[in-house]
Amino acid sequence: MRPRGVNRPRQVPDPVPQTDTSPAPSDTAAPAAALPQISHPRNPGLPLDMDWVRRARVNRSGVERRCAALPGRRSVKGAYQAAWLLKAVSLIDLTTLSGDDTPGRVARLCAKARQPVRADLLDALGVTGLTTGAVCVYHEMIAPALAALAGSGIPVAAVSTGFPAGLSPFATRLAEIEASVAAGASEIDIVISRRHVLTGDWQALYDEVVAFRAACGPAHLKTILATGELGTLQNVARASLVCMMAGADFIKTSTGKEPVNATLPVGLTMVRAIREYHAATGQRVGFKPAGGISTAKDALVWLALIKDELGERWLAPDLFRFGASSLLGDIERQIEHHVTGAYSAAWRHPMG
Amino acid sequence: MTVSDLIDSMAYGPAPESAAEALAWLVDRGDRFGCFINGAFTAPGETFESRNPATGEVLALVTQASAADLDAAVAAARKAQPKWARLSGHARARQLYALARLIQKHARLFAVLETMDNGKPIRESRDIDVPLAARHFYYHAGLAQLLATELPGHVPLGVCGQIIPWNFPLLMLAWKVAPALAAGNAVVLKPAEQTSLSALLFADICREAGLPKGVVNIVTGDGAVGEMIVGHPDIDKIAFTGSTEVGRKIRTATAGSGKALSLELGGKSPYIVFEDADIDSAIEGLVDAIWFNQGQVCCAGSRLLVQEGIADEFHTRLRARMTGLRIGDPMDKCIDIGAIIDPVQLARITDMVAAGAGEGVLFQPDCTLPEQGCYFPPTLITGLSPAATLMQEEIFGPVLVGTTFRTPSEAVQLANDTRYGLAASVWSENINLALDVAPKLAAGVIWVNGTNMFDAAAGFGGLRESGFGREGGWEGLGEYLRPDSPAKALKPVRLVAPADAPEPTDPLERTAKLYIGGKQARPDGGYSRAVHGTRGRILGHVGLGGRKDIRNAVQAARKAQPGWAAASGHNRAQILFYVAENLSARAAEFTDRLHAMTGGTKAHAQAEVEASLERLFTYGAWADKFDGQIKGVPIRGAALAMNMPVGVIGAFCPDEAPLLGLISVMAPAIAMGNACVLVPSEPFPLAATDFYQVLDTSDLPGGVVNIVTGAHASLADPLATHLDVDAVWSFSSSDISAGIERAAAGNLKRTWVNQGRARDWAGDAGAGRAFLRAACEVKTVWIPWGA
Repeated sequence: MRPRGVNRPRQVPDPVPQTDTSPAPSDTAAPAAALPQISHPRNPGLPLDMDWVRRARVNRSGVERRCAALPGRRSVKGAYQAAWLLKAVSLIDLTTLSGDDTPGRVARLCAKARQPVRADLLDALGVTGLTTGAVCVYHEMIAPALAALAGSGIPVAAVSTGFPAGLSPFATRLAEIEASVAAGASEIDIVISRRHVLTGDWQALYDEVVAFRAACGPAHLKTILATGELGTLQNVARASLVCMMAGADFIKTSTGKEPVNATLPVGLTMVRAIREYHAATGQRVGFKPAGGISTAKDALVWLALIKDELGERWLAPDLFRFGASSLLGDIERQIEHHVTGAYSAAWRHPMG
Repeated sequence: MTVSDLIDSMAYGPAPESAAEALAWLVDRGDRFGCFINGAFTAPGETFESRNPATGEVLALVTQASAADLDAAVAAARKAQPKWARLSGHARARQLYALARLIQKHARLFAVLETMDNGKPIRESRDIDVPLAARHFYYHAGLAQLLATELPGHVPLGVCGQIIPWNFPLLMLAWKVAPALAAGNAVVLKPAEQTSLSALLFADICREAGLPKGVVNIVTGDGAVGEMIVGHPDIDKIAFTGSTEVGRKIRTATAGSGKALSLELGGKSPYIVFEDADIDSAIEGLVDAIWFNQGQVCCAGSRLLVQEGIADEFHTRLRARMTGLRIGDPMDKCIDIGAIIDPVQLARITDMVAAGAGEGVLFQPDCTLPEQGCYFPPTLITGLSPAATLMQEEIFGPVLVGTTFRTPSEAVQLANDTRYGLAASVWSENINLALDVAPKLAAGVIWVNGTNMFDAAAGFGGLRESGFGREGGWEGLGEYLRPDSPAKALKPVRLVAPADAPEPTDPLERTAKLYIGGKQARPDGGYSRAVHGTRGRILGHVGLGGRKDIRNAVQAARKAQPGWAAASGHNRAQILFYVAENLSARAAEFTDRLHAMTGGTKAHAQAEVEASLERLFTYGAWADKFDGQIKGVPIRGAALAMNMPVGVIGAFCPDEAPLLGLISVMAPAIAMGNACVLVPSEPFPLAATDFYQVLDTSDLPGGVVNIVTGAHASLADPLATHLDVDAVWSFSSSDISAGIERAAAGNLKRTWVNQGRARDWAGDAGAGRAFLRAACEVKTVWIPWGA
């Protein structure tokens, strides 16, 4: 066996010569106006390295032990906790993905994204300018979202490619990305074809994601692995690597529609893949756990996981997002508790 | 710092656990403690300071128990024990259950007190030590409940003296007290002088639980008190956890006293990572292996063995992980590494690293240590050779040392290249590789793709100089029981003297030789002695074996043992049956020989041969039936309790039953896969020397059984001091038990000696599970799984 990483240069920003499969040079220049928080070069991807993919090993019991111990190992209290929770707010992709979404509903959500925490509480903490990381909607809601967020600098993300199952015709899926980018979405959350993972057709997965990335153009590509449907953590690790090689800007756990969504073991597996990819290529790829993260305590544990496994650089909206809808409400109540010392009620905080 | 600044820094900040309740408990008790004897605290006597190693602050004054205190404690235990043992198992189970419940009810108080007294992170005392201690009492409540029906014919030992270390004060107390009480013993326990407080809190809950007075007694103090316990004439068993050095002294001190002994000692446990392991999980495992409890763990995975091809990558990632470890105030809930127990231990770690690190590459992350208190940074030293001191000696601190290997067999060889044998970890995603390597490791506990997993249901304990005996599970309970069979004194069986005018030897007399490595061998010393029949007639000559013959026999046994252990149980059974078949064919000859040597009736001799045949069948039957167990541990996976052969067993066979005794000792040993060096009946050795011809014709591989005739008193020392012998048994009528136990301290070999008591070789006591257990080490292999 070849030792890991030996054949790959370390800490080199772009080790890969441009090939037909790599993104066009114009892709790499992100429009700064739309994504003010972007401060690192986009991941250009790599040719598919099957040796590396096959080397990926994940011991489920080991991963679970780490995840079980983490909440006991890391505790954040007092003003630090308030700061961590506000940071978490800035990392939320505030999401609505329902069949009954309307422009009015989306406008309300966007208003919440602009002012996620009650002004008096932020004043008490001396914090200004806090927004969520993005707003995440279906294609048809991009325009209302853009209108509602105008001038805020908050990006609009659209789920795409036949979300959540990803089984519509390939051409349709590409066209959907292009339409959403044309409509002004600066981030595209695609779903991968789970069957490629389940049948071990890594080349097909790679080709698919490369095509999605090309279709995204300047918009950032988040690849949803739908980990609840991939069977094993080893598959999660391998799919993570393939998506990063194919040029994903973010890898994301779930659509929120699978029976099991963002679990810590899945997150740890993906985060370690990101770390390994960074160590080997110098490229930073973002991470978005989505679905099932609903309490302030959950958010703190996830942030500790990111801080300890990936490092503080990842605790920023250009590299980490929570895909969540109800998390914000719990955080707001915790913030009020921190400010007043009294436990709060949901109805004391404006709904989104 | 403002919240805005903190949002930018995303630092963890302080997260202190409150010490208030624990301090209030100490104040309530006057900050001064006496001993806990007969259900009450004595007035404090001469006291010493118990300090918080994280701050240096004095927490309380604790009594240095006097000889009178210990006498009182032992007397209270002695008085209480019969009544406690007479309670039904159910009644004892209720008491143990109450203790478990009370530990849970006071869980946070125990955890905080433990961390303040010991310096371990509050996370560990809260999430690991205290829950495991409670679990231990629950589990043993269950054993008490089942004992009478599951282990009939066993009785408690009596009064147990228990001496525990400072690294897991409450947990080690639980490991000692729970099985002793479940089995019906009373205890006198001494916590380490650095960490007495949780034991004193436990004394409090014994009262709260309504435990009968005198069943648990706690005497505090330093090693001098421990020495008094070891030497106390009215204590029946010593259970000790601590250093190998002290364990050796205890072995020597208790030799010949008749005290039962279990020792859980040091380790230098290997942590093996194969190239197909989940590297990140293996690295995280190291955090739990060597940076758990500041590395002050007897079973710490302290010797890292990484397959050469991944070593650079592994070490790089490991260093990065080390950089993320947080060291500091153990009462902080966001700390990975707390304080070293005391300045003495800190100096020891510092000195060892200073002296040895130059032989390898040292890495310590750039971390700030608290200005006060005893702290040592997480340390990695790679590139060491197996000969380096740091690869051989236990450091008992947060220091990981390592080297590389090429192949699975080299990994096993390096892993086993140690005097210790407590624990080991194997990391590989290949089930064939992991399960092949695990049982080959010389350790009592083996974790596959994991480390430092503990549970009351699974036995814990070591091989080699890591001690003997198990804690946890049925096997642990066995350390506190004995068979209910009162034994009479064994009268010495004397050599038969020659007649005044001995008859001349038959010129064609078959020369009885030693039997070594499957070959007949003349004794190295070149001496032999005549064996006389009861009327003084010379029956033959027998070689007088000596030190060098023992050396040769042990060498042959060592060589033969691995192959014999690798043979299937069925295969070993076939050979035992074949031995019986060949003995049966010569039954008449053996009957005559026994009759002529021992002077008993012919019928008696015939019965001995018959019993010998039956015994061979018994162990032929057992060879493939002494099954291990799968323990009900709380993981997704299994903990296998495997009955593994001890290795090379040296045995002094009974004098009074020349053939049956020899076979009763030999058969269980070889049935379980051991090789043995047998010293046959001293007065009547010719049955044994005839017997090697039977072995020779029975397909037994050479070296599995070696026979050295000679004087028991002169062979006891060479066999018991031999460092390549794993166990010595003696059923001799010579007075050699004490000498064997004393000499066994050299490599802490297991001993099973008769202390001058007789055994009915023809009856139930002559065979069975006691022999099988002595012929095996329980090796616990933890195998977590998960797709």
